[in-house]
Amino acid sequence: MPADLEPLHAAGRASLYPDRIKITVGMATCGLAAGADAVYEALSQRIKQRELDAVLVGTGCIGFCQQEPLVDVRLPGQGRVIYTQMTRPRARALVDHLAQTGTLPVDRAWAVIDQEESLVEDRVERFSRLPELSGVPAYSQQPFFASQRKIVLRNCGFVDPASCEEYVARGGYRALAGVLSEMTPQQVIDEVTRSGLRGRGGGGFSAGRKWQVARDVPGETKYVICNGDEGDPGAYMDRTVLESDPHSVIEGVIIGAYAIGAHQGYAYVRDEYPLAVERLTNALAQAEAHGLLGENILGSGFNFRLDLVRGAGAFVCGEETAMISSIEGGSGEPRPKPPYPAVAGLWGRPTVINNVKTFSTVPVIMARGGDWYAAVGAPGNTGTVVFSLVGQIANTGLVEVPLGMTLNDLLEGIGGGSGNGRAIKAVQTGGPSGGCLPARLFDMRITYEEMTSAGSIMGSGGMVVLDESACMVDVARYFLDFTTVESCGKCTACREGTGHLRAILTRITQGQGTPDDLALMEEVGQAVKAGSLCGLGQTAPNPALSTLRYFRDEYEAHVIEHRCPAGKCPVGA
Amino acid sequence: MPTIVVDGQTLTVPEGATVLQAIRQAGVHLPTLCYWEGLPPYGACRLCLVDVVSPKPDTIAACAYPAAEGMVIETQGPRATAVRKIVLEFLLARCPTWNVIRAMAAEAGVTETRFPASTKADELCVLCGLCVRICRDAVGAAAIGFIGRGPERQVGPPFHLQAEACIGCGACAAVCPTDAVKIEDVDGQRILHTWNTRVPLEPCPSCGQPYAPEPMAFLREHVEASQHLWGLCPACRRKAAAAQLEVIREATFHALR
Amino acid sequence: MLPSQQYRQPDAGGVLAALHQVNMRYGYLPQDEVRQVAIELGVPLSQVFSAATFYASFSFTPVGRHKLQVCEGTACYVKGAPALMGHLQAELGVAPDQTTEDMTFTLKRVRCVGSCGLAPVVRVDNETFGRLTHSDLGIILDKYR
Repeated sequence: MPADLEPLHAAGRASLYPDRIKITVGMATCGLAAGADAVYEALSQRIKQRELDAVLVGTGCIGFCQQEPLVDVRLPGQGRVIYTQMTRPRARALVDHLAQTGTLPVDRAWAVIDQEESLVEDRVERFSRLPELSGVPAYSQQPFFASQRKIVLRNCGFVDPASCEEYVARGGYRALAGVLSEMTPQQVIDEVTRSGLRGRGGGGFSAGRKWQVARDVPGETKYVICNGDEGDPGAYMDRTVLESDPHSVIEGVIIGAYAIGAHQGYAYVRDEYPLAVERLTNALAQAEAHGLLGENILGSGFNFRLDLVRGAGAFVCGEETAMISSIEGGSGEPRPKPPYPAVAGLWGRPTVINNVKTFSTVPVIMARGGDWYAAVGAPGNTGTVVFSLVGQIANTGLVEVPLGMTLNDLLEGIGGGSGNGRAIKAVQTGGPSGGCLPARLFDMRITYEEMTSAGSIMGSGGMVVLDESACMVDVARYFLDFTTVESCGKCTACREGTGHLRAILTRITQGQGTPDDLALMEEVGQAVKAGSLCGLGQTAPNPALSTLRYFRDEYEAHVIEHRCPAGKCPVGA
Repeated sequence: MPTIVVDGQTLTVPEGATVLQAIRQAGVHLPTLCYWEGLPPYGACRLCLVDVVSPKPDTIAACAYPAAEGMVIETQGPRATAVRKIVLEFLLARCPTWNVIRAMAAEAGVTETRFPASTKADELCVLCGLCVRICRDAVGAAAIGFIGRGPERQVGPPFHLQAEACIGCGACAAVCPTDAVKIEDVDGQRILHTWNTRVPLEPCPSCGQPYAPEPMAFLREHVEASQHLWGLCPACRRKAAAAQLEVIREATFHALR
Repeated sequence: MLPSQQYRQPDAGGVLAALHQVNMRYGYLPQDEVRQVAIELGVPLSQVFSAATFYASFSFTPVGRHKLQVCEGTACYVKGAPALMGHLQAELGVAPDQTTEDMTFTLKRVRCVGSCGLAPVVRVDNETFGRLTHSDLGIILDKYR
């Protein structure tokens, strides 16, 4: 333990494991949308009324959106008990039970976290549980969590995102201290390369190789940018990490900056995430106050500033050259590549842009070693991937699984199927840049290559589950409507092409399509993919092309019989 | 100096040249809309798409791609040609009545478009961005810019009102490949109709004809060589220059005798 | 002076930050304030205007006291966002991007607020409401009226 971190570590442990009752409410955006603030309020009032000796805190998100609002209770020395679907009356009853009996109710106790892993410190802490809770499943046995492997999400829901101390108490900034005191920048890059970590924004480019390019370009001034412009509808893992564990991202960015030789970085966060902006701003100030950012970090002589840039509502800014334009001058217009940003990026200087999840993985790789990380997942597709399991699925939520898992294990094992009696027809992955994969491909393994060859992409991890009630033509139309409006309009292929694809799909859903439209759609789709300037246009046709590939019968029903099999489209109108 | 192959022709191009410059050097005809030699490449019109056969097969925008040693380029490759044709169909639908686009498309063998014509039937602008870029990057006035995004994108002055930074130089109209920028000089003013902008003209001291945009007066300090002709309108300047030429010719004539 | 000599490079993120500031203060971007941003940053007005028109977060017309955003992300879309939007349009008598006559609400579509696990979702200002049905909407509107 580096001396600088010791006081923080001690304070963090005291607040993580206080010697009195601790009640935690999941208060990321999801929890709040489900009413967590009302539950928090009710708990707070009742604790006062009952004069219960308890600490009440808000935490981040453990990922189980389906069961929000979640409240955890920890008795001193005991494991945390998770209570699901809390309401104000249930919150009051919980406090009453605690005040009256000094024990915990079994009702609504969904799981007990009787061991906590501190990944960075390679340590597992075990806790006992009350005898009356012996029938409650352990957290690690609940199907939703059993096959998950939390690396990116290691602290989400476990630490108070407003507390730098709690992050440090779970091993935070230890990797940074080690890097700055013991490793050369080249050793850092070698370790990241050895880990096999690939860009988690969806591109899947080797993080180590990107860093190496930026390091090798001569020049004094280099930049690091953390891409938190998570624009894919249906994906919210970057938001969750920024809201629930902002320090893990900051630590990763500092390590990246040290590796390539940057002294200035920017975290670009989308405007639709006000809570993420707030918590990251707060975390940046804390890091600076504790000497973890700024001049002479942890006494190492290394200087690095990290500033937050707030987006303003443009999907295209998630594309790295568009993000650079947005930071430099305002509009988010992409530029031709090459040159790649790692060679000539922000203000023409070498710039590494990585996703929030990529950066938050880095401290773990530094602490546990590249080989350790490479052993998770599959060869060539090492580590874990975070998916947001949403749409028509029983267990909606944010899940992190080793790469190489089959879609089936994810959807049935963790997701619990559609949960509404209807069969799952497809999953839409990768947002507007991705595609729809039909149920018959669910044996497929989740790897960058298999997803791409099936006509979709890994993308940022949005996984929208569609059951028999969804019309695939309508889904394709929805996405092309999205990309048409979100295209920046710079290049002809994307600006005009996405609009024409949208028009074709719209007339098909309105019953005015012809069989010739299907061939035209295919032709335009391929042209827009091949001819567009940036990643937005190059992938925008994917939802149309993949649905045409796997659900041609639905298209034919629309254009030949003028019938929508799912009964969604106004084909007869 | 990299050596590359363009349509079967091997040539050596200057260091830092783009693939499009190599194509032009090879004398291969590849019409484009958004490329202009004096400006950084932009990559917007997509009409310079060509196929890379080697080292790694790909379709690239030649204007912005650096020519690298050993590259084999086919301007008429199947993938690139197909995309260029669709792009021309897109432009025909965008500017349904415009002969400039029609001629360009016809040259590539595209005479019809399968896409519905734009509702703005008199659209002339293809959004190549040359007007904005020349004004910003070459003239330095940055009087006009892109407005909006996606299908709504257009070029224009801030708030669609008089562009106060406009110096009336007319470079925007000069570079526009589709003659979409309308400018005329009327009653002592230069009217840039497309930009809702009017710039006053100074009169020629010799004949009194208004001709020089007032905001361009700063040029006097920068272009010393032309100072003795400065202030004259093009017609008077021609006369003055011709008179000088007459003197030179006579001097030469006498010297040779 | 050459025209370009009047301009300088803005700070990283400076144009967006300045526009955000104006937007937070007024709820929209008044023309004079946008002109002022250009002068203060020393960047061309055309560039500031370009950025102001590029992003969905900015508007040039005054907005209501509350921004009512209906999430139209994929999960919300498949779980009934279009019906919620229709319901709100009928209830408020305005189309998306319009403001109610009493200037209480400006109705907006938003492409995804990232609360997909609780779809369908509506956001009022910075408060997010999930798992909504038609009957919840009235209660939410009343809270802000």
